[in-house]
Amino acid sequence: MPYIPHTSNDLVQMLRTIGVDSIEDLFDEIPKDLRSKLQNIPLGQSEMAVQQQLFAKSLQDGTPLCFAGGGAYEHYIPAALWEIATRGEFYSAYTPYQAEASQGTLQVIYEYQSMIASLTAMDVSNASLYDGASGLAEAVLMAVRANRKAKSKRILMPESVSPVYRQVVETIVKNQGITLELVPYNQRTGTIQVEQLDAQLSKPDDAFAALIIPQPNYFGSLEEVHQLTDWAHRHKALVIAQVNPISLALLEAPGNWGEHGADIAVGEAQALGIPLSSGGPYIGFLACKQKLVRQLPGRIVGRTVDLEGKTGFTLTLQAREQHIRRSKATSNICTNQGLMATAVTLYLAFLGRDGLQKVATTCALNTQTLMHLLEQNSDLSFPFGQGVFHEFVIQLPVSIDKVLSYLAQEDIVGGIDVSPRKSSTEQKNWLLICVTETKTEEELQFFADTLRSICQQISREESS
Amino acid sequence: MSNIPPELKYTASHEWIRTEEDGSLTVGITEHAQGLLGDMVFVELPDIGDEFEAEQDCAVVESVKAASDIYCPIEGEIIAVNEDLEDSPELINVNSYHEGWLFRIQPLKAEHVDNLMNAEDYAELVESEAH
Repeated sequence: MPYIPHTSNDLVQMLRTIGVDSIEDLFDEIPKDLRSKLQNIPLGQSEMAVQQQLFAKSLQDGTPLCFAGGGAYEHYIPAALWEIATRGEFYSAYTPYQAEASQGTLQVIYEYQSMIASLTAMDVSNASLYDGASGLAEAVLMAVRANRKAKSKRILMPESVSPVYRQVVETIVKNQGITLELVPYNQRTGTIQVEQLDAQLSKPDDAFAALIIPQPNYFGSLEEVHQLTDWAHRHKALVIAQVNPISLALLEAPGNWGEHGADIAVGEAQALGIPLSSGGPYIGFLACKQKLVRQLPGRIVGRTVDLEGKTGFTLTLQAREQHIRRSKATSNICTNQGLMATAVTLYLAFLGRDGLQKVATTCALNTQTLMHLLEQNSDLSFPFGQGVFHEFVIQLPVSIDKVLSYLAQEDIVGGIDVSPRKSSTEQKNWLLICVTETKTEEELQFFADTLRSICQQISREESS
Repeated sequence: MSNIPPELKYTASHEWIRTEEDGSLTVGITEHAQGLLGDMVFVELPDIGDEFEAEQDCAVVESVKAASDIYCPIEGEIIAVNEDLEDSPELINVNSYHEGWLFRIQPLKAEHVDNLMNAEDYAELVESEAH
């Protein structure tokens, strides 16, 4: 599509046609104090000058050794992936869905859905959503609509779910009469316990629509998914599995949790071939059991045959989408992340089952290696058990803010501060560390050594 | 002109209502409505024991074209649903007045039935909507 700027002549003509004196007048509706304070924007510079400035700024980023995770993960991306994903046939801000013109695009989405369904052991997947957090909100809305037995708008939300996800879900569902009831995690394990859930119900037949189970949870710990799933099903509630797709190469897929499997699987698929790039664009995946398919929001591509009996692909189950059902649609805030879904499909195709298992295994082994190295440092403690995938929490003996800033000076992003209560001595200076397949043994040793010397240095500074 | 049996009552939202011998009401969608919607692919029915007010949405019929709400014609309690529709939603297309019935409701007050449209008024409505 060509870029067509408005000439000053165009502007004058357009303003005259609609009977307005200036562009400024078009913003009359917006109170003055709410308008942008940006003034005196300098004139444009030459392409070369801009390029040089941006390049100089980009050098300031450096190439830090990154141990931060918490929902966005650094993984190696095969060089061929974006070479293919950015080809003209795929590279579009708008996904074309017309079956008569877009068989290639539709087939890619169909393959994506098949891969997600297979990875999660679910019957059906949609064509993707904005990101993992909004995906979790859609899963909550879906569960409330679908669980007609419970007729409840109450959702059990563990505190071991990412606080960012909890905030997004709260924002999206709070005005729809849905209550998110927080379930505290066990202080010793960092995970949800059935006893805690039992205590949460004021009476044994207390109804709720669904239980969310994060796996691995925000602290990297592994939840007792089978036990929790069966518990929720015994209470006639649905189970929403919020999972890391890479971990599914090693861990049990949500469809196989407990006796009957989770009902909905959702998560962030950024780890599958999409760079961190300052937080987006990312991609949410959402899959479910066949019986819930009519509550599954977003686009769904199906395989069918044309009049001549040839295989073809087309959007299906659209009757409850926003362009048909308007305000009563399954969702009015979702869309498909077509380009990201293409990247995810390519990533999974390049790696295959074995490749994905290797990535997941290397993540887990590297994580165990770093945990062993850090165990040798008696100043550090591990608040929770060591059943983790590729993230874990350590408690630092000194101020976490100082540690992170000193590490940054060594070009290391040390992790994320996950201290639940900074004021309490027991629950402060908690650092969430993530180790993926990208780290070498030397780098892990370097991190452990640097962390030890920085903690000692801060401790000396604090005591002097 | 579609079939509008004279012995039934109707709503402006295209539901038909038949009073049974025990005073309960059987509800479905009219032949005209099923014709507009096209091939049925899914029906979502209320649960037995659910209570609804008049004009409250209580079921959804989904065709290849659209998913449409069904409005409860009268205040009352659901006492039966047509479970055959779960596997064979096309029964609504085959015969919306018989095999394609949706649910039976026990009205809170029997006289509320008198507020519903008769066949003549409904025929007029269908006629006027066609223009």
